[in-house]
Amino acid sequence: MDRRLLQDLEKLLGPRGVLHKSEDLLLYEYDGSVETARPDCVVFPRSMADVVGIVRLANSHQTPIVGRGAGTGLSGGAIARHGGIIVSFSRMNRVLEIDAENQRARVQPGVVNADLSLAVAHTGLHFAPDPSSQKACTIGGNVSENSGGPHTLAYGVTTNHVVALDVVLPTGELLHLGSSALDPVGYDLPGVFVGSEGTFGLVTEITVKLTRLPEAVKTLLGIFNSIDDATESVAEITARGITPAACEMMDGWTIRAVEDYIHAGFPLDCAAILLIDVDGLREVVDAEAEEVADVCRVHRARDVRVARDAHERDLLWKGRKNAFGAAGRLASSYYTQDGVIPRTKLPATLRRIGEISRKYNLQIGNVFHAGDGNLHPIILFDERNQQQFRDTVRAADEIIEFCIQSGGSITGEHGVGMEKDRLMPLLFSEDDLALMQRVRSAFNPAGLLNPGKIFPNSKGCGEIYVRPQSSAGAVPA
Amino acid sequence: MTIASAATSTRLAEIAGPANVISDPVQLAACAIGAQIPAAAVRPGSSDEVAEIVRFAAAEKLAVVPLGAKTKLSMGLPPARFDLALDMTRLDRMSAYDPGDLTLSVEPGIPLARLAGILAGHRQFVPLAVPFASRATAGGTIAAGIDSPLRQYYGTARDFVLGMEFVTGDGVAAKSGGRVVKNVSGYDLHKLMIGALGTLGVITRINFRTFPLPAAMLAFTAAFPSAAQAIDLRHRVAQSPLRPLTVEILAPGAVEMLSSDIAARIQARPAPADSFPKGQWIFTASFAGNEKVLDRYKRDLTQMAEQSTGNGAANCAIYGDVKIPDAFPRQREFAAIALESSPAATILKLSVLPTRMENLLAAVAAAAQAAELRWAAMARGLGIVYAALLPETRDEAARRAVAEAVSKIVAACATMDANASVPWCPVEWKSTLPVWGLERGDFEQMRKLKKMFDPAGTLSPGRFAGGI
Ligand SMILES: Cc1cc2nc3c(=O)[nH]c(=O)nc-3n(C[C@H](O)[C@H](O)[C@H](O)COP(=O)(O)OP(=O)(O)OC[C@H]3O[C@@H](n4cnc5c(N)ncnc54)[C@H](O)[C@@H]3O)c2cc1C
Repeated sequence: MDRRLLQDLEKLLGPRGVLHKSEDLLLYEYDGSVETARPDCVVFPRSMADVVGIVRLANSHQTPIVGRGAGTGLSGGAIARHGGIIVSFSRMNRVLEIDAENQRARVQPGVVNADLSLAVAHTGLHFAPDPSSQKACTIGGNVSENSGGPHTLAYGVTTNHVVALDVVLPTGELLHLGSSALDPVGYDLPGVFVGSEGTFGLVTEITVKLTRLPEAVKTLLGIFNSIDDATESVAEITARGITPAACEMMDGWTIRAVEDYIHAGFPLDCAAILLIDVDGLREVVDAEAEEVADVCRVHRARDVRVARDAHERDLLWKGRKNAFGAAGRLASSYYTQDGVIPRTKLPATLRRIGEISRKYNLQIGNVFHAGDGNLHPIILFDERNQQQFRDTVRAADEIIEFCIQSGGSITGEHGVGMEKDRLMPLLFSEDDLALMQRVRSAFNPAGLLNPGKIFPNSKGCGEIYVRPQSSAGAVPA
Repeated sequence: MTIASAATSTRLAEIAGPANVISDPVQLAACAIGAQIPAAAVRPGSSDEVAEIVRFAAAEKLAVVPLGAKTKLSMGLPPARFDLALDMTRLDRMSAYDPGDLTLSVEPGIPLARLAGILAGHRQFVPLAVPFASRATAGGTIAAGIDSPLRQYYGTARDFVLGMEFVTGDGVAAKSGGRVVKNVSGYDLHKLMIGALGTLGVITRINFRTFPLPAAMLAFTAAFPSAAQAIDLRHRVAQSPLRPLTVEILAPGAVEMLSSDIAARIQARPAPADSFPKGQWIFTASFAGNEKVLDRYKRDLTQMAEQSTGNGAANCAIYGDVKIPDAFPRQREFAAIALESSPAATILKLSVLPTRMENLLAAVAAAAQAAELRWAAMARGLGIVYAALLPETRDEAARRAVAEAVSKIVAACATMDANASVPWCPVEWKSTLPVWGLERGDFEQMRKLKKMFDPAGTLSPGRFAGGI
């Protein structure tokens, strides 16, 4: 990297605001995905002014910039695919304002998702999007990926909870998008910005809606002897018009992996469980819980348990939220797919995943947001086994192809990033993608910000250059 | 008005069929926006035809305005140029409906009423209780970005439109989103189409999330002598575990307007508004659920209303004969009724954080009173305020009075971080009123986006904010 740029960055941020030694950069070659690439340096702004300064310097040196929250992203969004400067928001982590009466909070992007809900808990409010990674991931990352979580079934994903953004464009321009009051005049700029995967601008401030905590919650555990029975229950819950706050499914293999790790109390000998939250007024909760239990029983649930208290509820949810971690203990590597299907297609899709698992002789665990039709098959592999790695990619692709054939999508919440860019043409025409790239260029004209993401490389316009990829999962050079 | 050249008519006929090219002056006059009458109108039958027409128009430098049932053409500014009306009402099919998944896909010309009928057969609905509901199309409603009282519970189109197909200003068919309830593949371009008044693309398909129709529903009203008390009840509800479907507050002028004969002509169904006491501020809410839930709402709302009056007795009423989406049909038709209630009705749409609602309503009242204008205001619980100024005449004196009041209200908004626009006013006044409010810092970004979608300025030029 250019010495002068490094010196200028150090002058701007102080020596503790810049990392550039290769041992310091190692951590920043990764995010939660299987992709890696080495940045030239990592910088730690403390203010919007710092961010503007960084962007101006990057511009004058035509160096790529990539924003980074906690690096838990699962599609390589925060990876410096073409090198350059990673802008870590870990020091911009203050909750700036809590306006409980109007149910708003203004935060810096580095605030950890769960910390915001903790900070407002005394007001009876919370920040509704709750990715399973919420104890680590940042709100800046949530905004960029339009993240969801178990409870977004009833409460909506990040975009439904963001009203205004302060952003620094890669040109150095500052923009305030949207407004704290609803319905700002003009185009819905926060609407198009949320979910742009760090390719439009660096977010320096976010105004979110806060949601009132429900008066009552019941957590049900439906236990099934067949995956079909569980998926058919979900399809019927949806079709009956019941909207639980969350409706998650785990298959038997995942349950056993989780139990071994968390001891949440899941039965070890079943084929699938549904973890369902109903919430709202006490009167609503009782009726809905009864109806949900009824559907499960109609579909041959072996047992439907209701968590007795908050402790038991938290334990069940801890089991669910740590499922990926549990899977990770059982194989050297795993690959999480993130497909979406119409909820009516759940039973057929799970059967298809079973076939694919047998075809490639790969262990595939299923733990996912069933109520949204958002699948997360976890495919285990040994990264040293090249054949198995290739099979894993093939199996993952076949699952996604099935989702697309079923009228679904290639990603429900993890994003396209550098992992699914090549799949985008399966959903979108060249014209669709060209227009999206034109829209990106209205924010990020030179492609300096987070290059090499979302769009298939060959069609890239405004991309800087393509560095040969190291193979996923391999030890970085 | 100019007459379309023979070459234009021939080309349009080639694309859409001769029967779908309109050159009859009377029919064209029905497409007029203000003094702008298009030279031709065409009714495409497919997205491909839309794309071909727009490509042709772009090449010939013709300005195109897409339209549906024409109920909201008077919103926004009149187009700077208007050569070709793109009548979307032939594109009126429901292309897919998966009741089990609660998703559907429609063409833009489908009337909301017909859509509601189909969905009701499956005990589902799309929560768009919008004005002009009996005639409006899905596409026009989405393109106008008009909100609905049901947003209190269900959100707005930005929350339940899952994806769209559209034709950009250079005649390219494109899409974003999908037809599943959760999806982050690609940019959410369809969010930009909502409320864009057709300035970015011609919507050719909309994918909606549908919702189960609630089994039973009730409506609640409480009358108060002051705005403060009605708003206090709004705050109490917001801080309670209750989640009503709608919350609205009517200023006395709105109660009067909504119970007039004019209102009855537009929305015959007797509304609770008919029996609202005069001179009072009325809080209205509706809610749904099983019997126990309804009882709980009745009990809690009544109790909260008593606390809001400060002295115990509250003037509350419960109405049982209501069905989604029509708890208060006349409130839903607020804009339509206001437009008929004065020869020069001017309606502002304001939005503000709820704690400032009272100040905002006071500013509206003060501005209207200073200009000696009759006025009516309806505030939604989430901080959206529709304020109608209702002059008795449509002359220069009335224009001056309205302009004075509007500028005071807009200035007051600026001091409370509120948003303001003037979606409706007499067309000849549009150039003198801040139709799109004050210039915002992000208008420049909007202009950049417009160029990406419509480089030659073919679509609805000049109708939108920031001169777009
Ligand atoms: C165990 C586990 C469970 C998960 N569960 C879920 C889940 O349930 N639901 C879900 O949706 N996701 C889930 N994820 C994925 C991930 O946590 C989310 O995508 C999260 O929002 C990423 O946040 P982050 O702070 O880690 O962002 P990063 O990974 O650091 O970055 C993500 C993207 O955001 C950009 N970015 C970050 N901050 C900024 C900023 N200030 N300005 C501009 N761009 C920025 C980056 O450039 C990148 O493109 C999970 C991940 C793990 C590891």
